[in-house]
Amino acid sequence: MMKAYHENRPSNWARLGGAVTSEWLAQAEAAVAEQTSLPSSGSSPFFSVIQEFNVWRSKPDLAEAVAAIKALTAAIQRSEATTMMGLEKDLKIASDALKAWDPTSISLSAGCDLFMCYVTRTSALEYEDIEVGKARLIERGEQIGDISLKARKTIAMLGQDFIRDGSTILTHGFSRVVLSILKLAAANKKHFSVVCTEGRPDSTGLQMAKEMVAIGVPITLIIDSAVAYTMESVDMLLVGADGVVESGGIINMIGTYQAAMVARSMNKPVYVAAESYKFARMYPLDQKAMFPSSRQVDFHYPLPSAVQVEFSSRDYTPPQYLTLLFTDLGVFTPSAVSDELIQLYL
Amino acid sequence: MDSRRGSRFVIDPKIRQVGFVPAGCESENPNASSAVAAIANVDVNPTSDSPSPVMIPPRLADPLPRAAPLPVPSPPPRKHTSVEIPLQGSYNPTDSVLGTSPPFSPASNGRYAGVPSSEGPDLSPSFVSRASSAMEGMSLREDHLGSPSASRFATVGEYAMFKQQQPQQPATAVTKVYASSLPQEPVQSFAPVGKEDSSKPLKERTTKAERRAKQEADREAKRIAKESAGAKVVEGEARASSNVVGKASRAQSQKKDSASEKRLSAVEKASEKEKKKEIPAPRMQFDDQSRVAKAKKRALIEQTETKHRVELFRHLPQFVYGAQLPSLEAKFFHDDAMHPHPAVYQVGLQYLTGDITGGNARCIAMLSAFKELIKDYCTPRERTLIRDLTARVNNNVSFLTTCRPLCISMGNAIRFLKTRIAKLQLTLSESDAKSLIIAEIDRFMQEKINYADNEITKLAVTKIKDGDVILTYGSSCVVETIILHAFSLGKKFRVVIVDSRPKLEGKGLLRRLLGRGISCTYSHINAVTYIIQEVNKVFLGASSILSNGTVYSRVGSASVAMVANAFHVPVMICCETYKFHERVQLDSICFNELGDPDALVKIPGRKGLSELEGWSQSSHLKLLNLMYDVMPADYVSMIITELGMVPPTSVPVILREYRKDPIL
Repeated sequence: MMKAYHENRPSNWARLGGAVTSEWLAQAEAAVAEQTSLPSSGSSPFFSVIQEFNVWRSKPDLAEAVAAIKALTAAIQRSEATTMMGLEKDLKIASDALKAWDPTSISLSAGCDLFMCYVTRTSALEYEDIEVGKARLIERGEQIGDISLKARKTIAMLGQDFIRDGSTILTHGFSRVVLSILKLAAANKKHFSVVCTEGRPDSTGLQMAKEMVAIGVPITLIIDSAVAYTMESVDMLLVGADGVVESGGIINMIGTYQAAMVARSMNKPVYVAAESYKFARMYPLDQKAMFPSSRQVDFHYPLPSAVQVEFSSRDYTPPQYLTLLFTDLGVFTPSAVSDELIQLYL
Repeated sequence: MDSRRGSRFVIDPKIRQVGFVPAGCESENPNASSAVAAIANVDVNPTSDSPSPVMIPPRLADPLPRAAPLPVPSPPPRKHTSVEIPLQGSYNPTDSVLGTSPPFSPASNGRYAGVPSSEGPDLSPSFVSRASSAMEGMSLREDHLGSPSASRFATVGEYAMFKQQQPQQPATAVTKVYASSLPQEPVQSFAPVGKEDSSKPLKERTTKAERRAKQEADREAKRIAKESAGAKVVEGEARASSNVVGKASRAQSQKKDSASEKRLSAVEKASEKEKKKEIPAPRMQFDDQSRVAKAKKRALIEQTETKHRVELFRHLPQFVYGAQLPSLEAKFFHDDAMHPHPAVYQVGLQYLTGDITGGNARCIAMLSAFKELIKDYCTPRERTLIRDLTARVNNNVSFLTTCRPLCISMGNAIRFLKTRIAKLQLTLSESDAKSLIIAEIDRFMQEKINYADNEITKLAVTKIKDGDVILTYGSSCVVETIILHAFSLGKKFRVVIVDSRPKLEGKGLLRRLLGRGISCTYSHINAVTYIIQEVNKVFLGASSILSNGTVYSRVGSASVAMVANAFHVPVMICCETYKFHERVQLDSICFNELGDPDALVKIPGRKGLSELEGWSQSSHLKLLNLMYDVMPADYVSMIITELGMVPPTSVPVILREYRKDPIL
């Protein structure tokens, strides 16, 4: 019975563009469940994937998405499927498990999607030999992992060109990509200063301040409300991103939208540093459209229980406020993001 | 805008006569004719003592006695249009032995998948009487030929001549009108309506015509070894006669053309049409006189242009609404090579009367008709299937264009079809090729329209949340599907329908949504700034999306989008990718469709005459009924296509990535 599915698949794909549709997948899974009762092989990738993921994530420099891709690569290795179809199915299960682990992380789901997309396309080439197919996928998974690790270096190289001697950079919260840009600029003997917001509720700005001191860049810390006040004395706003969406906008720590809006109205350029695996096929229309991600806010004050607190930790900055995006695929305008996404995913 | 209008001066109506000048004002004609001749750039001898403009007889190889000219008859009794149908010839329908006939209309049984269009043509009783027996029957054919359009023969002299040349075959019943196995000469019989014209005055005027005719003859002789002597001369007449009254004579000459063409064999006609149709660019500028003349000569159906056209839109065609009908029906039973297949004819009539509107509906109707055409198609001898079928398709397309200008989605579909036909392997047998093309058309409709609509619906309903207030304009089939699907998923929302005159398409949508139990608000477009304050989201359909992200859709959508943008309400355009086009358009003027200006005059539900009655009498008043407008990409928040939700800047990316795809 599974064979019948396999025979039908490739012709459908060729017509519809090769995406694994969840309906098909559901059918396939149902078929497998009927055929055999394989709880063990069904669930063991599940467990090992999360474990793998956590192992990779514990490495300090590794981004979530990269860890996810590495975990999925490991899942391929462990898969006991005998056909490409089965392999894909295993991977889909693993990918869903990873996404379910943290539904708020856009880069995690984007990374998983990217890898699944590649897997689907490869499977569509109908490798007769499962081993060959697996080897290719593993190789590609590792490649993506390497690319992602190198992504920050590429972005740093591209981004530091935009930092000139004597410029003042405003940054919001802490981003490892932005940090790599600033580090590289400092290493190239550029003289610049940084203004950094505190970044409540995470207070990640404090971490950024520490890093700046370590590389010897003059750093000023401001509270989040002082962004408009300081905007006239800075030359640009440089932020990272949790995710880059299809419209070309970004999802980042709360406060980014406001900083970008102020910068735009004062004609200061807004630069975003983001790796390409953060490109997600989302298209939010407003702030509420995203999966809510919340963070407790400590007001250091006993509040009556009737007071409602807004503790969303992310916001969406629409593309019209952004000037350029620095990615490992190059420097993009916001409208080019969709171009890249179409090429990556379709 | 004002400066644009101001720079074009009002042209003296006497010199530039766009509409047909009825023969009632014959006294004016000599002035008009000479002036028009000057404008018309036809080098003729203005001093020739030509007969009155409506009386140009053809010059014939064997001069035959012709009847004396009769006065121009009154317009034929026609119930459904109130527009005077201009008669070019001196043929008096009441004098014809055949008498007048009710116009022909095939039954409309069109239902198109996924399209909520109303059933059948809503035509006057005279049309309906012809319903199902349309295709067959001798009486019908006779009636057709006797129809008062007089489109085929400019003068009855032609009739006489034709009659002489054709064998006196009775009009036999033809069971299958559209078949290439029809006899070479059209089987028609007429009682010679005795009229005579002297052909002598024409002899001086044929110098240029003769040269032209010779060219044509040479071309034909080269292509087909058939007797073209009669045709050539008559064409000469056609050219010669085009001098006297500007457009009227061009129409006349084109009628002569058609008359002459009837004398040719089917194959010759087809090849001639093919040749002529190779020339034009797809979008013609109608303010260029010479090109209009060329197009008129080529056209299957002649049409008359309206009077009092708005200067700014002179480059767009506007014909008197309904004027095509008499000639349409007259030509229905003509030789099959040039003339539309019955299914295409039916679809064309449905477009004409407005029974099928909307990009998807029109495209599906057209493709279904083409499937019929291909099913019935047989390759004539000594022709290749690919070329002949392409020519046949071209003819049918030009017929549809005369009924109503093509919309962009239809243009893309036709391009697809022609590419497919061109790619057919020559080794395929005819039946294989036909079934392949039919399968391809089916696949196109299935994938590009039906499947795409499903995908768009699935994506769009994710954007609808409980508590939303959705605004839509007019009636788009995709938006309707989205709303119905979201409602069936149990989402709680309400809909605001904004509508506008003269089409009032929103009423149909309102009725259908209310029928399903969706709470709706109905408003006119002048209240959109008021109603937008309570709206969350705007969903609009589109006729096409152009390469720079501008959306070409029903007139009024741009205003709605602008208002929504001003109030920070997201505007979502739902459009299938087959409607995308590589063109760039910056304003709504350079390319548009002009509708019937008389539609603005009638106000439904209002008794008595409207203030605009008799607008055509006043030379200061011009009515403009635009069908489409263009909304810039800035107003659009996202475009929902079957490939996903994309920003308007990604349209050229999709065009680039997917036009490489052989499917398109």
